[in-house]
Amino acid sequence: MAKLDELQDIVVQTRRDILRMVHKVNSGHPGGSLGCTEFLVALYNEAMDLKEGFDMDGKDEDLFFLSNGHISPVFYSVLARKGYFPVEELNTFRLLNSRLQGHPTTHEGLPGIRVASGSLGQGMSVAIGAALGKKLNGDDKLVYSLHGDGELQEGQNWEAIMYAAGNKVDNLISTVDRNGQQIDGPTEEILPLGNLKEKFEVFGWDVLEVAEGNNLEAIVNALKEAKSRTGKGKPVCIILDTMMGNGVDFMMHTHAWHGKAPSDEQLENALGQNPETLGDY
Amino acid sequence: MTKYIDQGKNDTRSGYGEAMTELGRTNPNVVALCADLIGSLKIQPFIDENPERFFQIGIAEANMMGIAAGLTIGGKIPFASTFANFATGRVYDQIRQSIAYSGKNVKICASHAGVTLGEDGATHQILEDIGMMKMLPGMTVINPCDFNQTKAATLAIAEHEGPVYLRFGRPKVANFTPVDQKFEIGKALMLSEGTDVTIIATGHLVWEALIAAERLEEQGISAEVINFHTIKPFDEEALLKSVKKTGCVVSAEEHNFLGGLGESVARTLTVHNPVPQEFVATQDTFGESGTPEQLMEKYGLNNKAIEKAVLKVLKRK
Ligand SMILES: Cc1ncc(C[n+]2csc(CCOP(=O)(O)OP(=O)(O)O)c2C)c(N)n1
Ligand SMILES: [Mg+2]
Repeated sequence: MAKLDELQDIVVQTRRDILRMVHKVNSGHPGGSLGCTEFLVALYNEAMDLKEGFDMDGKDEDLFFLSNGHISPVFYSVLARKGYFPVEELNTFRLLNSRLQGHPTTHEGLPGIRVASGSLGQGMSVAIGAALGKKLNGDDKLVYSLHGDGELQEGQNWEAIMYAAGNKVDNLISTVDRNGQQIDGPTEEILPLGNLKEKFEVFGWDVLEVAEGNNLEAIVNALKEAKSRTGKGKPVCIILDTMMGNGVDFMMHTHAWHGKAPSDEQLENALGQNPETLGDY
Repeated sequence: MTKYIDQGKNDTRSGYGEAMTELGRTNPNVVALCADLIGSLKIQPFIDENPERFFQIGIAEANMMGIAAGLTIGGKIPFASTFANFATGRVYDQIRQSIAYSGKNVKICASHAGVTLGEDGATHQILEDIGMMKMLPGMTVINPCDFNQTKAATLAIAEHEGPVYLRFGRPKVANFTPVDQKFEIGKALMLSEGTDVTIIATGHLVWEALIAAERLEEQGISAEVINFHTIKPFDEEALLKSVKKTGCVVSAEEHNFLGGLGESVARTLTVHNPVPQEFVATQDTFGESGTPEQLMEKYGLNNKAIEKAVLKVLKRK
């Protein structure tokens, strides 16, 4: 297992990548990205069973689908740092002719991406399809997906949630980024999601809650636990209690940084809180 | 040609927001719905003044369209607003059955249309919405050209009985139509008379057409520019009267050439008076991330593209 301090180094470097990417083009989504950094770093560098290189079919390896595509900065950084494409390419985020589109797409052929996302609420269905494909292929690897909590307001999720349980899609681990925030404010004020654990359970899922969703050790253990619960007739859900904007003090405890880039001074301040570890791109 | 002055760049969505504030004060039946995009749609003032007439639906556009349809039963006039992609493609069947087929008085108000929403990229940049919406029987489709006209159109559709698709955008664009110019649904506006070519434009490409016409004038080409803010019902008379004089047409829109304004132009010409036409539109492609200006250049949607299309169509006359 990668040591926790190694993972922590990747986390800090990923935060820097996120901040510098969105700052450069003065657009993009740092808040949700920072909140899911520990999770995605742990997922890709510890939990997932991955082959060298990238091919679309991804047979005999675990797959991941990002349904809340607006947190593309963290996804791109984690993929680049994992070696899917050169880290220098992070420089092209959201620029004309880039493979790093505002929201992830397969259209420009960026390695690591298997379906476009950005229009919310579609990723779980795709993950289910990929998981069913694995079963047909006799492939015992797993499918992971990540979803925003606000995103769960889209009805399609509940069609997928019902389907996955009803059809025993037990090679699927779907994680909810439960940061309690969305664009217009706190989720419980905009459209209450209520008790997500009970909701998933009553639909027939096996649910794990992670209270410290930005604690690497807690995440690593939860992913291990989730994996051990696959193959038992139920899809597995991780409800990850995260802090939007985690790791940058002024981006935390607010939804203000959902889709806003830091100014020059704010960037400097934020980077100061996260000193370089693996080297900036 | 007639000269127009940019009164100061402004975003069309703010025109929508201002009109909503006004409607909140003047029309007690107007209600607003939104799907977690209040800031982008500029309707906070409406909400502040009329909290009981605002419905925050959450990120659930299909539900929003259904609730809007239901609100009309009892006489409310719902303005359901979100990004153009999520206001059309995402919820096409909800609009088709519960709103269009059921003849409900819902105003679908769609911001961030087209590639000029910029950096968010193709997942958000719908270029097919005019086509989808104009194909629905009974649907009125409007794409105003600037801030003032978006405001006027928003006020006008509140008075119109029946479903409407109102399309506007994210970036700040030239604001050149007169303040408080009355908006007449379905009546194209002659902006500048000419004799050699007709430019039929919609949305912020109307301004690009005016710039192109000025440059063409310097080359001795007289272009007639008509603002087709309403795509459906289509003002056939305005088009046919103009081409009788000019004998050729360029259509210009921030939309796929399949299904857009240009196709409505082509259909009318084919039936009544076949003359050469060139299309300034996207060429059956998705968009991508970039700045609005970069994307208008790359996808051939600016005044240069219109000028080029005019020179081409003139050769085919
Ligand atoms: C179908 C759809 N509707 C609306 C949007 C606009 N939008 C982008 S992110 C977002 C909020 C998402 O909330 P959440 O999933 O909680 O993500 P977080 O803000 O926590 O990152 C919205 C409404 C969208 N991308 N797709
Ligand atoms: Mg959230």
